[in-house]
Amino acid sequence: MREITFSQATMEAMAEEMARDERVFLMGEDIARQGGIFGQFKSLPQQFGFDRVRDTPISETAIVGAGVGAALAGMRPVVDMHFVDFITVAMDEVVNQMAKIRYMFGGQCTVPVVLRAPDGAARSAAAQHSQSLESWFVHVPGLKVVIPSNPADAKGLLKAAIRDDNPVLYFENKDLFGKKGPVPEDEFFTPIGKAKVVQEGTDVTIVSYSIMLHKALDAAEQLKADGISAEVIDLRTIVPIDKETLFESVKKTKHLVIAHEATKNGGVGSELAAIVAEELIDYLDGPIRRVGADFVPIPFSPALEPLMLPQVEDIVGAVKEIC
Amino acid sequence: MDFSEEQLQDFYRVMFTIRRFEEKVNELFLGGEIPGFVHLYIGEEAIATGVMANLRKTDYITSTHRGHGHTIAKGADLNRMMAEIFGKATGYCKGKGGSMHIADFTIGMLGANGVVGGGYNLAVGAGLAAKLRGQDQVSVCFFGDGASNRGTFHEGLNMAAAWKLPVIFVCENNQWASTTPYRTTTSVENIADRATGYGIPGVVVDGNNVFAVYEAAQAAVERARSGGGPTLLETKTYRIKGHFVGDPEMYRTREEVQQQFETNDPLNNFKQAVLNANSLTEKDLEEIETAVQAAIEEAVDFARESPFPKPEELFEDLYVEGGETL
Repeated sequence: MREITFSQATMEAMAEEMARDERVFLMGEDIARQGGIFGQFKSLPQQFGFDRVRDTPISETAIVGAGVGAALAGMRPVVDMHFVDFITVAMDEVVNQMAKIRYMFGGQCTVPVVLRAPDGAARSAAAQHSQSLESWFVHVPGLKVVIPSNPADAKGLLKAAIRDDNPVLYFENKDLFGKKGPVPEDEFFTPIGKAKVVQEGTDVTIVSYSIMLHKALDAAEQLKADGISAEVIDLRTIVPIDKETLFESVKKTKHLVIAHEATKNGGVGSELAAIVAEELIDYLDGPIRRVGADFVPIPFSPALEPLMLPQVEDIVGAVKEIC
Repeated sequence: MDFSEEQLQDFYRVMFTIRRFEEKVNELFLGGEIPGFVHLYIGEEAIATGVMANLRKTDYITSTHRGHGHTIAKGADLNRMMAEIFGKATGYCKGKGGSMHIADFTIGMLGANGVVGGGYNLAVGAGLAAKLRGQDQVSVCFFGDGASNRGTFHEGLNMAAAWKLPVIFVCENNQWASTTPYRTTTSVENIADRATGYGIPGVVVDGNNVFAVYEAAQAAVERARSGGGPTLLETKTYRIKGHFVGDPEMYRTREEVQQQFETNDPLNNFKQAVLNANSLTEKDLEEIETAVQAAIEEAVDFARESPFPKPEELFEDLYVEGGETL
């Protein structure tokens, strides 16, 4: 199968959906003339024009709010947050408007908006350009949240998000944009709400997603040398959680480690650990372990940044503690 | 006056409907039949009426926590409105929204909003949608003087102006941001003065005069519809009732309110004008009042007799099942 980058995969998804449906358009800061700060939108304005691929003012509340408004008026907007850190500026638009409008108005409307947000710590971007904030939105009913780890799912999930009639937050790790992987040439979708067992194993379940999935796979490889067979699950969707895949695996391995780059405290791992503790505790042969970033803002210095971010050894260590 | 008899009757019918609807909501709330909070539009009827008379059913509006008047003027069904305010299953939002969250997407009413200043960018987005489709729909955002100090005001007006979107920003300056007087929190005499900063027209009009509102809105709507871009239209009015029903109103005197109401009631202004000009008769007005009164009584009966939502409806309409492919 051909290999393309994560960034190219998302561009293909956008191009296919924009060609198919005139209601799909894209707006955000620096996306049209510049092609996106990670090059992830290059070529789209040439194909679809500067009306449908719009550079916006630096106005996050207007970008997200107008996306919601356009969706209410029958369009299917994709809005880009530049960096997920800036979603903080538009929290009313995401939490009070986008997420609640359909329910609050008794299902009179749909809000088919996709909010794309690059996240993750990369190359000393420091405290306000490095965060992974996906867990905040686990707490807000009305949103769906997806977070691909590879080019194929990047494309498949983005297409599924654009076709979905619910608002979908699409988190894409900055360090993944340049990573290559196999992507089918025929049209396909990655279903929202379905996790994937990436590697089968029998002794421990490692649940991860986005860039940490790659570290989880590296950890699984190292654990083999110690005779530990790890099953690795790529969550892919955070809301709604695919409990079926998670539970099936945990029932088999009886051990659970959850790993993500986001802050450990209050992270997605906390929610998954709670769900498993509530519903599957009798199956577990050991405590649940969470691996995530330390509870500190992301520091600038290359000497400090890696210290607070979870590494392969942290996952390996967590597994060894419980197996 | 350059208005047909039918237009004048429509003006009065809409204004009087809003007035009586709100008086009834006030009474029912105080009687304990309505839960939550209600914010009344009494004294501001000429604005919604004068603006909406220029709109088509397919045009969009976004509204505020004080949204009953906009909803009525856009053409919503009184029964379903009242049922929603009661929290009943037959309401516009099946009882999930209440007074602060009424919408009717079949008439372009994109929703009242519980967040002050939450509507600007929704209206901008609706205007953008119309422009992208090449349709001549316009979008109207209603907001108060208090909301004009939200950052979303700036972002919305700038984006709409930069992209020449068909959006009309209608400021209802009722002098009170909740309990705080406009003059103590705002540096300009007129909110409309800020239009200069966006390179768009800023117009100040007497919000208690439906004819003046109609004419100013007409110009703004024509400009938007023909591709001329947004207008900031400030309508000066006065909030006759408290911020919400039950507000003890410690921040102003009864005399001030009474004096405003006696000298500047938009319904009274209208009546005097049409009677003095012999455009409508007392009898015309009374006929309208009788019909409106009956419609409101019917709405109350409908709301009272309607069932509450069932427990199994709690989770309905949170997510759309499936999607195009899923």
